Amino acid sequence: MSEFRISRRQFMHGAGAMGASGLLAGASTPALAAGVTLGIVYVGPRDDFGWNQAHAVAIKGLKAVAGVKAVEEENVPETDACSKSMESMVNLDGANIVLGTSFGYFTPFMIDLAKKYPKVEFRHAAPLWDGSKHPKNLGSYFGYLNQAHYVNGVAAGLSTKSNKLGFVAAKPIASVLSNINSFLLGARKVNPNAVVQVIFTGDWSLPVREAEATNALVDAGCDVITCHVDGPKVVIETAEKRGVKSCGHNASQAPLAPKGFLTGAEYKWETIYKIYADKVAKGEPLPNMLAGGYDTDMVMNTPFGAGASEEARKAATAAIADLKAKKPIYVGPLKDNKGNLVIDKTYDNYDPYLDQMNYLLEGVIGSIT
Amino acid sequence: MNDGLITTVLIALLGGALRVSTPFMFVALGECLTEKSGRVNLGLEGTLVLGAVVAYATSYHSGSPWLGVLAAGGAGAVLGAIHGFVCKLPRVNDIAIGIAMMLFGTGIAFFFGKAYIQPTAPRLEPLSLGAWTGDAKLATALQINPLLIVGVIIAFCMWWAFANTRWGLLVRMSGDSAPAARAMGVSVDLVRFLATAGGGFLAGIGGAFLSLYYPGSWNQGLSSGQGLMAVALVIFARWNPLRCVAAALLFGATGAIGPALQSVGVTQGYYFFNAAPYILTLLIMVGSAGSKQAAREAPGELSITK
Repeated sequence: MSEFRISRRQFMHGAGAMGASGLLAGASTPALAAGVTLGIVYVGPRDDFGWNQAHAVAIKGLKAVAGVKAVEEENVPETDACSKSMESMVNLDGANIVLGTSFGYFTPFMIDLAKKYPKVEFRHAAPLWDGSKHPKNLGSYFGYLNQAHYVNGVAAGLSTKSNKLGFVAAKPIASVLSNINSFLLGARKVNPNAVVQVIFTGDWSLPVREAEATNALVDAGCDVITCHVDGPKVVIETAEKRGVKSCGHNASQAPLAPKGFLTGAEYKWETIYKIYADKVAKGEPLPNMLAGGYDTDMVMNTPFGAGASEEARKAATAAIADLKAKKPIYVGPLKDNKGNLVIDKTYDNYDPYLDQMNYLLEGVIGSIT
Repeated sequence: MNDGLITTVLIALLGGALRVSTPFMFVALGECLTEKSGRVNLGLEGTLVLGAVVAYATSYHSGSPWLGVLAAGGAGAVLGAIHGFVCKLPRVNDIAIGIAMMLFGTGIAFFFGKAYIQPTAPRLEPLSLGAWTGDAKLATALQINPLLIVGVIIAFCMWWAFANTRWGLLVRMSGDSAPAARAMGVSVDLVRFLATAGGGFLAGIGGAFLSLYYPGSWNQGLSSGQGLMAVALVIFARWNPLRCVAAALLFGATGAIGPALQSVGVTQGYYFFNAAPYILTLLIMVGSAGSKQAAREAPGELSITK
């Protein structure tokens, strides 16, 4: 039975503790009761100009807070390896909260670990936690990045001459579609003639195909390019090489496009991680679901780059103020690009109906199948 | 679909062939050389990735992308030499060593490559061969990297050398019949060692193209299996360097179909179009594998055909 099985790590930990207590004789009281140790696992390298970097930047900010220790591990695949590195964070580093930042970590790895270590808090960066099925020391957090993509759209709508905006997307899942649609609505708000052309590459990280897609969009006449892929580096660099403007995604790509960068949609995980660290330090229960956008300071836009005109900057700044005031993005009625009515009324930015998005709005050239 | 759209797609295919095919071409030529000598090196995916990071790092530190290309070739030659040396030992299986070398190559590339994800290195500049067309799209598609031309020249040299030189004969003889080569007093092991190192050199240059030209930056997903596909292309090209070039160009062009069709508004079924290169390869392989001609062209000493 699993209760009686001792993994190598547990054995090492036990043996180490025995050795330590033997040597230090009483001096080995665990110090973690006072401080907060936060373990975080990334699927790729921390400096990928994308998803992982956004988390790592937040952790770096957190490390500056007194009493908070952070343990990081990079390049952990969505396999058993994730359980192993999280377990060693719990057993060897004394982590009292463990964060998994990749979609595939949740089922079954983090669910099993949460059951195995009921005193440790586990949080996962995608809205997958379900109170009726999952342990109470497990939970989800995420940011409504589509709000920042909406701001991208406003800046892009005022920067295009051809009225064609290009979007390189990985897969047609709800969060990606929501970013594309919000980008379109932002652009249409300031430029009713703008259209968004989307190319799906089919996977999260395919550098050569992302470069091909960017080239194809520029060839098709798009003069502002943005994307939703894991590492936007290639897309932004290719757009800059082709002399068109670009908007970023996930983390700051401003240094990659010194001429054409407008702004970028970024997560502000630091807000969420500070809430966690704060609550753990005070001994308060952690929320199981933690999500938000501009009004709760959980997303942001990259500072404007050289490509953004004065007009675009003003409009984008105004759009940010609107979002902070909870002004809705999805103002109905809106049709999808096949002519069906999909947004029948005006929806709040956090309406669960919008999380189920499986359509591209009218004005987007592209198909999800 | 009207004529304008068809032209756009055709230009995209041409551009794709010229942009994407070079790494396939170099790896395929390298593997062609190795397999002609009677050995299979499956490790070229690792060589490609290591070549990419060595080229990027060298270019970053020295400021010269061409020095990066040479360094990538050198790193590839070292990996090839290790493969060649280990396979010389008795009872060693070259396929297994190849897989080990693939993991080894990607492993050390990721390890040393960590520091080079963020910095920007000087890249290789393209040659603009399309200015005369007066068409912006065609001009962009015809921006060619000098390495592509180098690759085609190497292919012609290899093709000529296999048929017309003593060196070429030695390589072919080692690959077709080791006893015959030994009877002539040729060290088969030495020939294969040199052919594997040489093949590694070429594959390393393919990696340099990835990180220094297109897509032109270093990250861990850069190759995403291109090295493995290129090894398969050699069988597809039936161990002929010129056909390796053609296969690489075809593969590059079909790879551009997915994005190109979506950009002109054919948005349905992109998963299918993205799989086009693999479907095409499979079909041609099935079509050609049964022929007696194909069997005759395979080097007789290869562990996969023996």
